[in-house]
Amino acid sequence: MKKCFVLVLLVMLLNAVSSGAAPNAVILATTTSTQDSGLLDVLIPAFEKESGYQVKTISVGSGQAMKMGEKGEADVLLVHSPDAEKKFMADGFGTGRRLVMHNDFVIVGPASDPAKIKESVSAVEALKRIAASGSLFASRGDNSGTHAKEKTLWKGAGINPEREKWYQQTGLGMGQTLNVAAEKKGYALTDRATFLALKKNLGMTILAEGDSRLLNIYHVIEINPVKWPKVNARGGRAFADFMVSGKCQEAIGRFGISTYGAPLFFPDAGRNPASLGL
Amino acid sequence: MDLIIDGILTALQLIASFDGEVAAVTLLSLKVSCSATFVSLVLGIPSGTLLALANFPGRRFIISMVNTGMGLPPVVVGLFVTIFLWRNGPLGFLEILYTPSAMILAQAVIATPIVTGITIASIQSLPANLKLQVLALGATRFQLVWILVREARLPLLAAVMAGFGGVISEVGASLMVGGNIKGQTRVLTTATVMETGKGNFDVAIALSLILLILAFGVNYLLTVIQQRERPR
Repeated sequence: MKKCFVLVLLVMLLNAVSSGAAPNAVILATTTSTQDSGLLDVLIPAFEKESGYQVKTISVGSGQAMKMGEKGEADVLLVHSPDAEKKFMADGFGTGRRLVMHNDFVIVGPASDPAKIKESVSAVEALKRIAASGSLFASRGDNSGTHAKEKTLWKGAGINPEREKWYQQTGLGMGQTLNVAAEKKGYALTDRATFLALKKNLGMTILAEGDSRLLNIYHVIEINPVKWPKVNARGGRAFADFMVSGKCQEAIGRFGISTYGAPLFFPDAGRNPASLGL
Repeated sequence: MDLIIDGILTALQLIASFDGEVAAVTLLSLKVSCSATFVSLVLGIPSGTLLALANFPGRRFIISMVNTGMGLPPVVVGLFVTIFLWRNGPLGFLEILYTPSAMILAQAVIATPIVTGITIASIQSLPANLKLQVLALGATRFQLVWILVREARLPLLAAVMAGFGGVISEVGASLMVGGNIKGQTRVLTTATVMETGKGNFDVAIALSLILLILAFGVNYLLTVIQQRERPR
């Protein structure tokens, strides 16, 4: 009995070890929104089937994803933090950066809207109203693309919320931050895709949207193998090419329509960034 | 309350329909944690026995370190194992980051001090006279160690349970070194975190229940073995 048990364990061990590194693995570092919305569950299998590569998706904030790229620990990035991305490219960490898709950020909160942000004409004004009323605001606080956008907006409003009591940094992903905001009846800035995907459990509504400053733009970046020779540049390139291919772009445009009645992302490959106001 | 009932119903549904993805996630959890426990036994029982029986300078210091290690936070282990396994890290040539092997490694690091610590305690709790008696009967050193370990086998099973319990339930290290990759390194705990993030609380509750059932099953098996042989 005991011997048999040990044998089983040994077989399991060997089994687990042999299923180790795949030569064709591509490490994709990306934001939580692409995973939490379910988009990658649609795109990745299609890419794997077409290319023969195996994708290892590491879903973190855009800030951490770019750090992984800087250290050569990822082969390709799918991120949404344009200012940080430009710096990333200028520093020579990436070989190519291409526009993939966009959606938008929205400010969500309890339907009762204690800060009356629904009446505000811009995102910046909405934040000003939240600050003035001292209503709770849940921030990602994790250097993600969403957090970066939020910081730009606060700056635009001329407010430094960091030390304020009503400003709470969760340090969590988008989904969990929304849960915190919902639980505490506070406000949060979120990408529309994650919000729509989670809406059913939240009891929150969109209170500010449509401002051009709330645009959320995703780029795919290939990592420069010159700095880190171990980077799988070919695999990264294949994934980036796939993301801007007609087939993938069509899938992005279709994603979410059947579940939410509206697309969660809008394909942009090949478009002039200026047309998005960049 | 509805949510909890929904979760339990979803769990039953997932188990009853034998959902392929859930089954794969459950199997991987079992595989990774059993392997890690096995590695920790191979390392922990001999070193625990040595620390319990041998006499050398620095022994108390090492035992204190082992006892501290019994409470090693999984995220700390995860962080260090990740940094070591990075492509450009000291162990990058292994190329096992984001694979089950990396998760086994990290979990073994968590479980080994637990197994070692309980082994030390078990061996030392044997009657002191036993050692003298065995030696008086002319046993070699190797025979002595063997007899003592055999005598301590019941508390040692507790070491197995504690080690396994420690690793099957941890999420910090598995998430960091495994990456929660669908179909490759997604285990019950990391999937629970992800489903919570996605707001699928019913699925998250279902996965937690499966995890509890699994932990109970393994411990029940070990307890049966342990209690069958209990001294009367």
